[in-house]
Amino acid sequence: MTVLRSAVRRGAYRDSIVLMQLQAALAEFPGVEDAGAVMGAPENLALLEARGLFSDAVPDVGPTDLLVVVRAKTASAADEALERIDDLLRREATDASASFRPRSLEAATRVLPDARWVLVSVPGRFAADVARQAIALDRHVFLYSDNVPLADEAELKRTAREKALLVLGPDCGTALIGGIGLGFANRVRRGDVGIVAASGTGLQAVACSIHALGAGISHAIGTGGRDLDTDVGAITSLQALDLLRRDAGTRVIVLLSKPPAPEVADRVLEAARRTSKPVVVAFQGYEAAGSGYEASGDGSLYFASSLADAARLAVALTGREPAEPATTSTRQPTGAGLAPHLRGLFSGGSLALEAVLALRDRVKPLFSNVKADGAAALPDPWRSQGHTVVDLGADEFTVGRPHPMIDNDLRVQRLRQEAADRDVGLILLDVVLGYAAHPDPAAELAPAIADALRPDLAFVTIVIGTEEDPQRVEAQIERLEDAGAAVLRDVGEAVGYSLNRLGLAGATAERPETGGAIPGPATGDSGDPATDSAAAGPTIDHAEAPGVALADLEAPGVINVGLESFRDALALQGADVVQVDWRPPAGGDRRLIEILEKLRR
Amino acid sequence: MDVARANRTAVERMMSARPMLRTVATAGEVIPGMHDRLLLHAGPPIEWERMSGPLRGAVIGAVLFEGWAEDEEEAARLAESGEVEFAPCHHHGAVGPMAGVISPSMAVYVVENVTHGNRSFSTLNEGYGKVLRYGAYSSEVLDRLRWLNDVMAPVLREALSDSEGLDIRALLAEALHMGDEGHNRNKAGSLLLLKLLAPLVARVAPDPKVAAAVLGFIGENALSVLNPVMAACKAMADAAHGVEGSTIVTAMARNGTDFGIRVSGIGDRWFTAPAGTPKGLYFSGFSSADANPDIGDSTITETAGIGGFAMAAAPAIVAFVSGVPSDATNATLEMYEITVAEHEHFTIPALDFRGTPTGIDIRAVVELGITPRINTGIAHREAGIGQVGAGLVRPPAEIFEEALLAFAENRGI
Repeated sequence: MTVLRSAVRRGAYRDSIVLMQLQAALAEFPGVEDAGAVMGAPENLALLEARGLFSDAVPDVGPTDLLVVVRAKTASAADEALERIDDLLRREATDASASFRPRSLEAATRVLPDARWVLVSVPGRFAADVARQAIALDRHVFLYSDNVPLADEAELKRTAREKALLVLGPDCGTALIGGIGLGFANRVRRGDVGIVAASGTGLQAVACSIHALGAGISHAIGTGGRDLDTDVGAITSLQALDLLRRDAGTRVIVLLSKPPAPEVADRVLEAARRTSKPVVVAFQGYEAAGSGYEASGDGSLYFASSLADAARLAVALTGREPAEPATTSTRQPTGAGLAPHLRGLFSGGSLALEAVLALRDRVKPLFSNVKADGAAALPDPWRSQGHTVVDLGADEFTVGRPHPMIDNDLRVQRLRQEAADRDVGLILLDVVLGYAAHPDPAAELAPAIADALRPDLAFVTIVIGTEEDPQRVEAQIERLEDAGAAVLRDVGEAVGYSLNRLGLAGATAERPETGGAIPGPATGDSGDPATDSAAAGPTIDHAEAPGVALADLEAPGVINVGLESFRDALALQGADVVQVDWRPPAGGDRRLIEILEKLRR
Repeated sequence: MDVARANRTAVERMMSARPMLRTVATAGEVIPGMHDRLLLHAGPPIEWERMSGPLRGAVIGAVLFEGWAEDEEEAARLAESGEVEFAPCHHHGAVGPMAGVISPSMAVYVVENVTHGNRSFSTLNEGYGKVLRYGAYSSEVLDRLRWLNDVMAPVLREALSDSEGLDIRALLAEALHMGDEGHNRNKAGSLLLLKLLAPLVARVAPDPKVAAAVLGFIGENALSVLNPVMAACKAMADAAHGVEGSTIVTAMARNGTDFGIRVSGIGDRWFTAPAGTPKGLYFSGFSSADANPDIGDSTITETAGIGGFAMAAAPAIVAFVSGVPSDATNATLEMYEITVAEHEHFTIPALDFRGTPTGIDIRAVVELGITPRINTGIAHREAGIGQVGAGLVRPPAEIFEEALLAFAENRGI
């Protein structure tokens, strides 16, 4: 028999990381089986219910109320844990309150007047308004938040463009601006390859591969996954290409995206051509042959067939001799027969897509919550069937809970769920390292893997990271291998390895490689690469839109609104950063918020 | 008008107001609308039935002081009967600390805003211990009130008639550089007042003993300057009132039962909710169980950009609210978030002479969930016991929300 007890703190907003720490601390109490700490939004209550942490006895709560539910063996154990809530929260508060913490963006701009960037990771329904305020204060926006309406995205980006500002996102996971990682970011050396990416983990994977090949990154500009949608019209991608065109430190550009709508693709590729620098284009899943996107006659565009291919092409175009790629798992297949089905549990959306693309012609039927030709939609994302690839960072999983790159709970649960299915013979996992990612994912994934291994079930992991990342990639790899998992360093290799283990290699003819031969170094069509805006012809696409100042990309100061782990990550990199002690405006009251918005205009 | 522009206008009026202490006069003769059976009190409107202990005590004391009743019982009956009328000080250009009761015969400071011409009033501060403003009405209390009226007031009136008035804004600006915040700490300001008055009093006092008594009383009471400061703040806040489209708070006041605010662009309407109990330190022998809910018009100081808002200027009193000097700095930094201006005349050395946060915008209060921070004395909940501590209080958030809803409704939003 277990008991469920709850406690409510009305109007006590805390961010999800703090709540996670609270629930983790509560779950450690003797006799406590599980604990949940959430803000009382309906979607969070649903999550609690799914974890068996909800009953009719839980009091009514609203989105600004902190709800804590504990399941314990005895009532006294539950009560003892609940009594500690305020102490645990207070410790959190005092740890961080050494200096003044501004509550508003405006106050933060006075604390750090030189900060040109605002990093927004508040819940989606408030995110557009925070971004709007940042633009009004003449700041660039890195918008990590997801669940932001498309119309808001288009409006934000148009407004920003008028003011020569960038909006990276929404749902932008990563960027490297002047060597400083925003959001989730790996520590890679600086160099002469610039990246424009509508995909977060795709950007991370390419940046890490470029680093492994001995080259480096000038700036990597994430745009958010929908930037190339028709409604947005690639506003940020076009601004970013223009920036990299003018940036003297960038010699080769990588353009990374899901396949865009044709008219948007035309504009973006035209802009890419006008940079007068070699541009490696990786439109994930896009079939170069016969689509009209063949490499341009002037030799400035190069189409890559995969993320790894894009990195190799880019490094070759810099004229560098590629370094030996990082060694990957040497653990040989044991040869034992595995159960038939493959399950991919991904934290990175682009990595999940890359896996679907690599698998779709080899295993059928393939189910996924990632949209791609050749993969059937997974009817219930919480349940796999047959061969399945799930992106656990998709919106349906992240409403009211932290991203799986920060929090392994959901993935570990799902891993156990898959392993319990006797038809599953191989589980494929990505492990993305870097700033702001989980500080030690192997510590949680390795035991779960060791625990779930059976003779007919194998684990294959894809570790994305560099030796300079705070998690120490070698240590992570070692522990994953010790747990019995194979470790590879890019999705393509991992899929090939997995198919081999499942005895499915060669099931279908390989798709032709579209990248073709590795080109030689770029020579520059017109002498030196154009680096000065005046000398480089008209500004791309929107002649009337002012160009973003290149100076804003160097040594960026950042105002962080939302997840404190992003603040910590920036501080760790030596960036100037100020944390806004953000709460939902007007306590989340819709009528008051509406009034405030109208009075502001 | 555009709200931001209206607020700019309102706060500029507040800051450009120049309150001068002109004279001391009798309430019934100078306060507009004051009449024979009217008692003014702190805070928003309230009737006898809902008055808390200290306010009832002060009412009884004022009735006895005026000679409207012979004893306590008769005074209470009279107050209850409806034969005495009650009105907020704020409705008559006046302000009073704690219970804030002003009766027609009481001597009051007269402060004039020479920039905009409006006047404001407050009583003479009675000092510590058993005092009317905390609801005491023993003969000792009434005797002191009579001394203030009969001895000190005529001397001050005479003394001030020799001057052009005392510039209270300049006095406050200086006091902020001497460790005062203008609400809970008025040590420096009171000494500055003494400095300004001493030569004037010496010249006009009927004899040296009277001069010594008056100057001694002012000098020993570290709250002497609080009342003229409150009147000055009232004059500044009133100058900012009535700007169409402005969301700036122009009055915050408590009557010991309710906390009320008024907003520049919403006319004379009060938005009220039950007053909270201050958090703070208690004098020995008292605890929070003895505390009356928040009381007094002295929140006019925060309304005008000093008091709790200028906490960074007064690190010496942070012990009242928790601890270390950086808390004082953070308190002021927090108030910048809900105000629209930095004061042109009141500056804080520790913040690189930044102006104090001035002009509370109800929009910012509602949006950020930051309510104004108020430094205050704590009254005993029973009449006549007096001050039991000092600390920090914040107004109830809902009155700012109600004010914003009313503002939006007026504008058809």
